[in-house]
Amino acid sequence: MSDEPLPAGLAEIAEDFANLPVPQRLELLLEFSEGLPELPERYAGRLGEMEQVHECQSPLFLVVEVGDEGSGGEPDERPAGERPVHLFFSAPPEAPTTRGFAGILHEGLDGLTVEEVLAVPDDAPFRFSLGEAVSPLRLRGMVGMLSRIKRQTALKSQAA
Amino acid sequence: MASDFTQYAHPDRLVSTDWLAEQIAAGKVGTGADDSIALLESDEDVLLYDTGHIPGALKLDWHQDLNDPVMRDYVDAEQFAKVMSERGIGRDTTVVIYGDKNNWWAAYALWVMSLFGHEDVRLLDGGRAKWAAEGRELTKDVPAVAARTGDAAYPVVERDDAPIRAFKDDVLAHLGGPLVDVRSPGEFSGELLHMPDYPQEGAMRGGHIPGAKSVPWARAANEDGTFKSREELEAIYQGEQGLDPKEATVAYCRIGERSSHTWFVLTHLLGFDAVRNYDGSWTEWGNSVRVPVEK
Repeated sequence: MSDEPLPAGLAEIAEDFANLPVPQRLELLLEFSEGLPELPERYAGRLGEMEQVHECQSPLFLVVEVGDEGSGGEPDERPAGERPVHLFFSAPPEAPTTRGFAGILHEGLDGLTVEEVLAVPDDAPFRFSLGEAVSPLRLRGMVGMLSRIKRQTALKSQAA
Repeated sequence: MASDFTQYAHPDRLVSTDWLAEQIAAGKVGTGADDSIALLESDEDVLLYDTGHIPGALKLDWHQDLNDPVMRDYVDAEQFAKVMSERGIGRDTTVVIYGDKNNWWAAYALWVMSLFGHEDVRLLDGGRAKWAAEGRELTKDVPAVAARTGDAAYPVVERDDAPIRAFKDDVLAHLGGPLVDVRSPGEFSGELLHMPDYPQEGAMRGGHIPGAKSVPWARAANEDGTFKSREELEAIYQGEQGLDPKEATVAYCRIGERSSHTWFVLTHLLGFDAVRNYDGSWTEWGNSVRVPVEK
């Protein structure tokens, strides 16, 4: 495990998991699964424009948006690195583990700046004490999500 | 259509959703009593059980409960006995298993229980998806089953791998004999190094074991996840592929779960005498040095 720190939100989630006995870690993961926000209306029926995370054993699609438009639709004028990152996920209810991973990343990363998201260590998925509860093999889905979130954030903040 | 399991070689290995619902209504499922039926859910997704399951069911996770945590192998006799006793299961208990993904993991769990010689273990035809599609009850209540202890505990029985499990060396010795590759056509031909959507289970080389016949597992299943009729299955495995129920046959896939499904079909539905599941499958063969590969 690297020494690079997690952003505060993810660090708090990691601590919550670490403080629970193994069976209750699954319960918390299920809460994240149930708490994953619905895909907003504007992405309905547009999965093709989102990115599929093939490392997940169930279909998961995600898309990253960088920057906030003003209330009148004016563009975000802040320097690219300071713009906020927003995450959107779609995963079916019969894939609660995948949804749970997405829920953790949403809770911990949504609203952070581009710089903060790009600084998230790549081994973050292994810091939630979930290896024992769900098996390390299953955690690779979260690794795949994080790497795509960072890649989309990098691309979209350059283009902005 | 009513399920007629008498057509199959071992009709007592399948139960229907109707039958299971009747047993639940009669209070026979998941009580832990001596004459009760133990119902286990075995899924690919480790949390699916927790979102709601068939009343009376307990979770059996292929990763956490059936695999050795360190070595690539199944649990040993002591651990298996512990997993069974914790779920109130004795050596004579009737066990019904169901799961997601067309019962892949349920068939895999049934096969692992068969390695330990558990006699009465059955699959719910159609699995979790059929039960849910029929609008039947799912609950989050976990049944309170008392663990078996003392004389009632599940006995420590050594696993007997030889009859139904093949290792790489067994497969090498079997080359030239009938082999069934149950992976997707792209994996069989070697175009794909992994199953679509499962890249973490990739291999260094693509292709198949020389002489293997390609029969993707799904050909044995209907749209609703139930098994096809015996006549239809015979037409595929015996007619079209020329497999002989009297000949020793080996089935494999990528990690051994889809081939457990086919192992179940050949052994229990068609009555093949000697089918072994090669659980090392392509994640072992396709990564091994100097084993023959056909493309």
